[in-house]
Amino acid sequence: MDYVAKISRQVASIPRSGIRDFFELVQGRDDVISLGVGEPDFATPWHIREAAIYSLEKGHTSYTSNLGLLSLRKEISRYVSAFFGVDYAPGSEVLVTVGVSEAIDLALRALLNPGDEVIYHSPCYVSYLPSIALAYGVPVDVPTRKADDFALKAAMLEAAITPKTRVLMLNFPTNPTGAVMPPAELEKIAALCIKHDLIVLSDEIYCELRYDEDAHVSIASLPGMKERTILLHGFSKAFAMTGFRLGYACAPAPLIEAMMKIHQYAMLCAPITSQAAALEALENGSAAMMKMRDSYHRRRDFVVGRLNEIGLDCHSPGGAFYVFPDIRETGLSSKDFAMKLLDAEDVAAVPGDAFGEAGEGFLRCCYATSFEELKTAMNRIDRFVNSL
Amino acid sequence: MNDPLLTLLQTKARYSHTELAEALSLSPEDVSARIAAWEKDGTILGYQAVIDDDKVGDLGVSAFIEVKVTPERGGGFDRLAMRVARFDQVVSCYLASGGYDLMVVVEGADLREVASFVSRKLSTLDGVISTATHFRLKTYKEMGFVFEQEEPEGRLPVTP
Repeated sequence: MDYVAKISRQVASIPRSGIRDFFELVQGRDDVISLGVGEPDFATPWHIREAAIYSLEKGHTSYTSNLGLLSLRKEISRYVSAFFGVDYAPGSEVLVTVGVSEAIDLALRALLNPGDEVIYHSPCYVSYLPSIALAYGVPVDVPTRKADDFALKAAMLEAAITPKTRVLMLNFPTNPTGAVMPPAELEKIAALCIKHDLIVLSDEIYCELRYDEDAHVSIASLPGMKERTILLHGFSKAFAMTGFRLGYACAPAPLIEAMMKIHQYAMLCAPITSQAAALEALENGSAAMMKMRDSYHRRRDFVVGRLNEIGLDCHSPGGAFYVFPDIRETGLSSKDFAMKLLDAEDVAAVPGDAFGEAGEGFLRCCYATSFEELKTAMNRIDRFVNSL
Repeated sequence: MNDPLLTLLQTKARYSHTELAEALSLSPEDVSARIAAWEKDGTILGYQAVIDDDKVGDLGVSAFIEVKVTPERGGGFDRLAMRVARFDQVVSCYLASGGYDLMVVVEGADLREVASFVSRKLSTLDGVISTATHFRLKTYKEMGFVFEQEEPEGRLPVTP
């Protein structure tokens, strides 16, 4: 059978993830230190795992409300109010999803008509462009620059806005750069969204992982923005719960209702066991979360210090668990640098161009790996750079 | 503890490998290799400072909880004991002979936290029959260290 002809043109047109290409090369090699895995190196805190086990023991294995357990939505509403300073009604403005990934897909499908433009900043998480394309939107990429610590500049955003622009996607702290938004610039961006009547899809999955004095500010908390923002958050990063696949969207009721229409048919509901675990995370997880955050903080400081010593210029990212050193001094492209580093020293890090053209000349190193491994990896990178 | 190196490590864990080697007339390479092997096979589980909470003004509370448990067919007490032991609040967990089965030592920021752990986590587990919670009032000795500093001894520099 000609399977190629059987696959939809829309899906066929989506390129493979650059990360996947690279990691097929890494697979099967022994003794590789990987700085490429975008997830916490901690197992989920035991009390959260135990809550999942307990819920299974008690026979809680049914569907839940399409929106998610009301007890969980209430707890999410309380947490979001305390952390972001925005109030959402648990009954109608919170939707529990299978990770933020599902929530992004739902939001884009709920908002876009074919040909609508969606602006996102790059380098960015690998799913944004394909998610927009799969929802029949037109992806418009606004580069962020090292000179701005990879924050989005309002002026560059404004230049990309056209009459067809419907949605702005934000992800701060950013995967892969660890960038955070200076509040003054975020206010300018909010003003542009109001002026051009845009909906903001704000993926704030890394928001607890902030390491400097300034607190996280969500665009949803700025005046006039709650009504036009879909705030996306979840449990994967801060609570080390990637495998539980649990996220949520908070937004005005009509937007949640539209997303729920798709969710109820495509997914029905998020798994109840994961919801039980998430409830425990919100009720009792802050101590464990803070411990993990402090550990990332120490590792960030170490890695940024070492990379700059080695001569790879690296800004100190305000959040997430990635650093994004500039490798242009070496004269190599991102891909060549990553490939040669892997060949010569068995250290895997993702070439920056996997996250969009604006990432060319950079390397994404995830520091959510053990301190011992980080030390060895930095020594190997040092030796590699000196050998060039 | 039969091994002199392990015995010394119990009180002098911060000695360098060279210092340990000197104290026991071993080679530093030998000391390093044996410690690395113990760390790898779990003979040495970790190293920690023994801290007098009162001195740092820590207002946290500890409790000793006697737990009566129904043993499981096959697994005995192990599965339940491990499940309890893995909570962050649990600092020690022992199987004991006598009037109860598990002795669980729990630490928390305040009474409420410990009480909530006992009522919401521990006592709700299938297999737990009863608990009795004893709050710690004062510590006199921990991990081999007496908590009251002894007076410097008046030993003479030279004696007959």
